Amino acid sequence: MTVLDVHHLTKGFTMHHLGAHMAAFDDISFLLNAGEFLLLKGQNGAGKSTLLRTLYRSYLAQSGEILFHSNHGVIDLARAADIDVTYLRRTEIGFVTQFLTARPRVSAEALVAEPLRLAGRCAEDALDEARHWLNAFGVKPALWAAYPTTFSGGEQQKVNLARTLILPPRLLFLDEPTASLDVNARAALIKRLTELKAQGTAMIGVFHHPGDVATLIDREIDLTPDSATGEDRKDVVI
Amino acid sequence: MMDAPQIVKTQPLLMARNVSKSFGNIAALQDVSATVYPGEVLGIVGESGSGKSTFLRCLNLEEHPDQGSYTLDLPNVQGNLFDLDRYARRMLCATRIGIVYQNPHLGLLMKHSSSGNVAERLLVAGERRFNVLREKARDALDASEFPLDRMDAPPIELSGGMQQRVQLAKAIALEPALLLLDEPTTGLDVSVQALVLDTLKKLQQERKITMVIVSHDLGVIRTLSDRVMVMRRGRVVEEGLADQVFQDPQHAYTQQLVHAKL
Ligand SMILES: Nc1ncnc2c1ncn2[C@@H]1O[C@H](COP(=O)(O)OP(=O)(O)OP(=O)(O)O)[C@@H](O)[C@H]1O
Ligand SMILES: Nc1ncnc2c1ncn2[C@@H]1O[C@H](COP(=O)(O)OP(=O)(O)OP(=O)(O)O)[C@@H](O)[C@H]1O
Ligand SMILES: [Mg+2]
Ligand SMILES: [Mg+2]
Repeated sequence: MTVLDVHHLTKGFTMHHLGAHMAAFDDISFLLNAGEFLLLKGQNGAGKSTLLRTLYRSYLAQSGEILFHSNHGVIDLARAADIDVTYLRRTEIGFVTQFLTARPRVSAEALVAEPLRLAGRCAEDALDEARHWLNAFGVKPALWAAYPTTFSGGEQQKVNLARTLILPPRLLFLDEPTASLDVNARAALIKRLTELKAQGTAMIGVFHHPGDVATLIDREIDLTPDSATGEDRKDVVI
Repeated sequence: MMDAPQIVKTQPLLMARNVSKSFGNIAALQDVSATVYPGEVLGIVGESGSGKSTFLRCLNLEEHPDQGSYTLDLPNVQGNLFDLDRYARRMLCATRIGIVYQNPHLGLLMKHSSSGNVAERLLVAGERRFNVLREKARDALDASEFPLDRMDAPPIELSGGMQQRVQLAKAIALEPALLLLDEPTTGLDVSVQALVLDTLKKLQQERKITMVIVSHDLGVIRTLSDRVMVMRRGRVVEEGLADQVFQDPQHAYTQQLVHAKL
């Protein structure tokens, strides 16, 4: 079952103060099915984060289509109304970055429970499950009711993971999610990703050490410009 | 431009279309349109004199534009609100719209008690029972995290942060459908600013109030807004999801604005 169908996606940045346009990636096409894991490769600056952000609509595509097969029908994320994108981010599309958006006076457990609450789960259940995931990622119980604004980078990342992965999204983007994690948390993450994959979540990820996720990878796209004159890239064009 | 909504079928709460307003030969607003969905927070940024406050005053029906339409999707509220007579306008503002100005003098009677300032809103809406007025005023002040032991002090004797909380309490006393905020934290010192911002965030999360907020402080806009609209010289030059406008600004002016703050 198709989840994402990307056609001729191109992205560059126009920097008005320099009067310059810089290409980030050009004419990318691929198809991603439920339960598939696509690894993005390429040197620093190759455009891996840019591609994920464009798919998530934090960046605007320059041209091309991002056809997402949502539970409500096919929608082109490159052009979808903001309100539809907001809705899909809350219900079907997840993005794990290296940064937690902590909010003042919201406890770690409340932050993690929030997606369940928004999905209509009762407060008590949601909190129970939130604690389960905080525990799974190795956040100390003493911190569960505290505000993550003061947590260490690694602790914040664990909260972030628990929050994003508590509900199985249909489509999940991962941008170096293991960067600040200790060994145990890394193992917990791989375990959760394996579960999600089995449940049908389609994933696109960037990993500093792809060895971590070797067992999950189905396909790769190399974004390095002219990497073997784009042979890798053409491999995945469908 | 983006497609029309395809999944979300909810009607927007607020729709303003092609609002224009000139003061003499100054075109303060030119064809400004905005759409805000229930529970959404729209942030407006832009250089000084770009028309942000004028637009908010139009939305608060204090300013009559030369052209344009404005609708709110609420029970018993129909048609172009700019066409309402003065009485209907006043009732609608008092009961369904709350506003917080940068300058508390615009929103408050500085020498009346703080609780009285909040209760005034309820009086306009027809509440006459003294104990109910006082209780509701107290609740609104409490929700705005105003120190209740000062509720009978006049705003003139209070700090800037507390004055903004009185304005906020007055604005939310009647549980408005729409909350308009014009530079609500500007002029406060940084730590007080953070506290007021924190209160706004909490109100937004707990009450899901639809808000339109104007600020020069991009941090404030980023923290509160779902979507952002960028104004320049009376026009909207760019709008989009907050993360997109801040991370991938398209217009030269927005790029300048965002990069200046990084
Ligand atoms: N918002 C932006 N505005 C302008 N240029 C940008 C923006 N985001 C990314 N870029 C540029 O696009 C190029 C690709 O960057 P990107 O962050 O996608 O690389 P990456 O493959 O993720 O690299 P890394 O491995 O270092 O994380 C870089 O040259 C970067 O400077
Ligand atoms: N009542 C008025 N009479 C005459 N000119 C006015 C009036 N109100 C606003 N203007 C003018 O309209 C333009 C827009 O003003 P407005 O106050 O809306 O700007 P703003 O974006 O809120 O600016 P700031 O960021 O400085 O608050 C300005 O040129 C201003 O001088
Ligand atoms: Mg990157
Ligand atoms: Mg102003």
